[in-house]
Amino acid sequence: MSVGAPRGLASSGQKPITEILHPLSAADEPPLSPVPDVTVGGHNPSSGAADKDAGLTNGTPVETSSPASASSLFNRLQLDDEPDADAEAEADAHDPYASTETRDLFVTVDDPKKHVSTMETYITYRVSTKTTRIEFDLPEYSVRRRYQDFDWLRIKLEDSQPTHLIPPLPEKFVMKGVVDRFSEEFVETRMKALDKFLKRVADHPVLSFNPHLNAFLSAKDLNKRQGLALLTKVGESVKQVAGGYKLRARPAEFCAMGEYLDTFCQKLGTIDRIAQRILKEQTEYLTELREYGAVYSSWAGSEDELRRPLEGVAGSVSSCCGALEDLSENMSQDFLPVLREYVLYTDSMKNVLRKRDQSQAEYEGRLEAAVLRRQEDRTPVPVEVEKCQDKVECFNADLKADWERWQSNKRQDFKQLLTGMADKNIHYYEKCQAAWESLIALLQDKQTEDKTNETN
Amino acid sequence: MRPGSATTAGEEKRMAEDGKEESAATGDSDQPAAGLDSTVTTMVEEGSTLLRRMEISVAEAEKRSGKNSVNMQETFTVYLIETRPMDAIAEGRNPAPDSLWRRYSEFELLRNYLLVTYPFIVVPPLPEKRAEFVWHKLSADNMDPDFVERRRVGLENFLLRVASHPILSNDKILYHFLTEEHGWKEVVYDTGFQAKADSRLRALSATFRVRNPDKRFVDMKHYSDELQSHTSQLLRARARVADRLYGVYKVHGNYGRVFSEWSAIEKEMGDGLQSAGHHMDAYAASIDDILEEEEHYADQLKEYLFYAEALRAVCRKHELTQFELEMATQDLVSKKQQREELATGIVRTFSFKGMTNKLFGQEAPEQREARLKLLEELIAEGEESVKEKTAECEEHVEGGWVDMQRFKEQKDKDLREALINYAIMQISMCKKGIQVWSNAKECFLKM
Repeated sequence: MSVGAPRGLASSGQKPITEILHPLSAADEPPLSPVPDVTVGGHNPSSGAADKDAGLTNGTPVETSSPASASSLFNRLQLDDEPDADAEAEADAHDPYASTETRDLFVTVDDPKKHVSTMETYITYRVSTKTTRIEFDLPEYSVRRRYQDFDWLRIKLEDSQPTHLIPPLPEKFVMKGVVDRFSEEFVETRMKALDKFLKRVADHPVLSFNPHLNAFLSAKDLNKRQGLALLTKVGESVKQVAGGYKLRARPAEFCAMGEYLDTFCQKLGTIDRIAQRILKEQTEYLTELREYGAVYSSWAGSEDELRRPLEGVAGSVSSCCGALEDLSENMSQDFLPVLREYVLYTDSMKNVLRKRDQSQAEYEGRLEAAVLRRQEDRTPVPVEVEKCQDKVECFNADLKADWERWQSNKRQDFKQLLTGMADKNIHYYEKCQAAWESLIALLQDKQTEDKTNETN
Repeated sequence: MRPGSATTAGEEKRMAEDGKEESAATGDSDQPAAGLDSTVTTMVEEGSTLLRRMEISVAEAEKRSGKNSVNMQETFTVYLIETRPMDAIAEGRNPAPDSLWRRYSEFELLRNYLLVTYPFIVVPPLPEKRAEFVWHKLSADNMDPDFVERRRVGLENFLLRVASHPILSNDKILYHFLTEEHGWKEVVYDTGFQAKADSRLRALSATFRVRNPDKRFVDMKHYSDELQSHTSQLLRARARVADRLYGVYKVHGNYGRVFSEWSAIEKEMGDGLQSAGHHMDAYAASIDDILEEEEHYADQLKEYLFYAEALRAVCRKHELTQFELEMATQDLVSKKQQREELATGIVRTFSFKGMTNKLFGQEAPEQREARLKLLEELIAEGEESVKEKTAECEEHVEGGWVDMQRFKEQKDKDLREALINYAIMQISMCKKGIQVWSNAKECFLKM
């Protein structure tokens, strides 16, 4: 994504985008490197500098065929090292805020607990923070937050940083009766998504300094004033609609972004459908496989010499059933939710693009009006029009930076997601193979046992 | 083997054949059973089953067209049977095989002949006439090349089993089947086995109560029911599993397409995605071969499903011979009783003759004499009959028990091997799966 002079704006000797510092970035504070989510807490990305070469030369793990568990463990370790190495390389190339400085804000969401009160029942999660930033009073925090609180944070961030992409939250409303809000699975999935959300915010060079985030992470009780927040949000959108400016010409790069997002969203939907279909087929396969194993067991009952081999087969089939169950559970617990969450992420990005269009439209509208008036009665271009221009240019800059980050995150996330899927399938087949190999060992032992008995 | 016939093994095959010919011609199935003396055992020991003297194979299958018995055009498949003498091969010579063509119906005819002629033998089954236990993608068409190929293998297996059986392999009709293409059918019909075949079928489905069946045969019959039930259940379950597995693999092919489309809008990720998509296509395609190989396992199960039927038939035959013996014995007893009554004038049992005597007076002495004489003749015949049937029953039990033991050993060995091979097939499938997903994973890592 090249960062050239923005088109559609009157050239007025502006600085190139790359050199415009964001108003909110503290001039002295070195910007953070945008390292994507690392689920292993406390991982130091600067150590990735040394690993960078090893990881980048070929993106493949050293061992590809070896005894099952050893190689897969190795691969998993490789995987953790790589994202940082790649991200750093990319970040240096694209992101104006990139640096190899140590991250100094770590957040985690875990430990879900159910709370029952007279009015309602809800789940809270523990939000743990470790930081060396001076914006925080203490180096460590541990607070409990519920979904509402995350939602509050998100709204606050959107309001105060309209030019930035705010990561999405998992779905707010859940149809009662269809999904059990308190089932372990649901809570687990939601918690992972909340964790991801918070990590993305904490990793963002601008959003992570937002005072609302600070409050969210450290305050004992969030003084939310929800009502006001809602109003603010409504007001914002009303203003946008009432603005009613029409966009003349969207710069090509933003058009490209929009098109990309549309197609990408489509493909995500397709992949979701395929994954669901596979799950369905696997479930039916599992049902038949169970019955199949049972027939071997019942046949074993009427045999003598063949009893052990038949029971052995039944046992191996049963092991395969277990392995298949694990695979399916994994797909539905880990793969599908992350996929769906990316749809939300894509929607958020589209939203930001729309807002950018709006602000550009507003600027163009005002500028046009001002120019006309200047032509008529030589009124100079008002300050607010210049402010609008600033706003647009800031927006464009922020958006491009966020886009790069989004692309980079997306690449890492999908790399992880898909390799995870491949891994799970490999493990499934490894387990099945082991089950059948042990059967052969069992039967062949018996064969040699019989032979020695015969010769004796 | 009638007394006086040659009883040494090997070279006496010719004489044995003669013996069989005669016995076959008279439709007397007892003769071969009588061979269950030292003759057969020496034959087995010296290993002179046909298979050891002759290499047999069903080499090819071909489609033919011709007019059938009602003068209508039909298409059918013929199979090429090739034979070569073993001693020539052992000596290192490589003679061209003798060969002839046979169709499935001729194999059926051979088997029916064997069933009738050796009712105490568990006769090896033929491969199925029509494709059953089919999972949806597999064709149920008899003309389908895969089906024809599997049938060819099944027919060869049948011939090998028959030719290696200690008793069946010496049958002359079998030998002719393998060596004389024309006129074989007439020779079979000339044995008169058809009449026996019809009565056998009737007997198999008849219901009668046996008082004292051999317990071993009762147990074996029960076992044959279990074997039949379990193998057919297994075949059905396996077909359903195959169907589902096919679905799982094929749906993955969709990933190939979507990854390809997605890669078009990506820069760095594009190559990795595209290659991964190809591996997904390969994965989806791999299931066809995997399931085709599994059909071989299904065929092995089917053989024993049909074997169960043959086993059951031997047990039923025992029940029938035992029943006939019991009937004959009972008949003899009642005739003897009648004689006693006639001789002593004491009526023990109710009879119409007795009643009419009481009502209309005794009969004349000449009449009584005549009746007594008739009874004596009938009793003599009856005793002969009981003797014959006892012998028949004993022979059947002896021969049947030996062959059922042989069958059990064969079954245990074959099925055990089949299960091991099935496990090996599964391992191969797993290895393929690991390979494909590892390849895909490498592509993902390059994204």
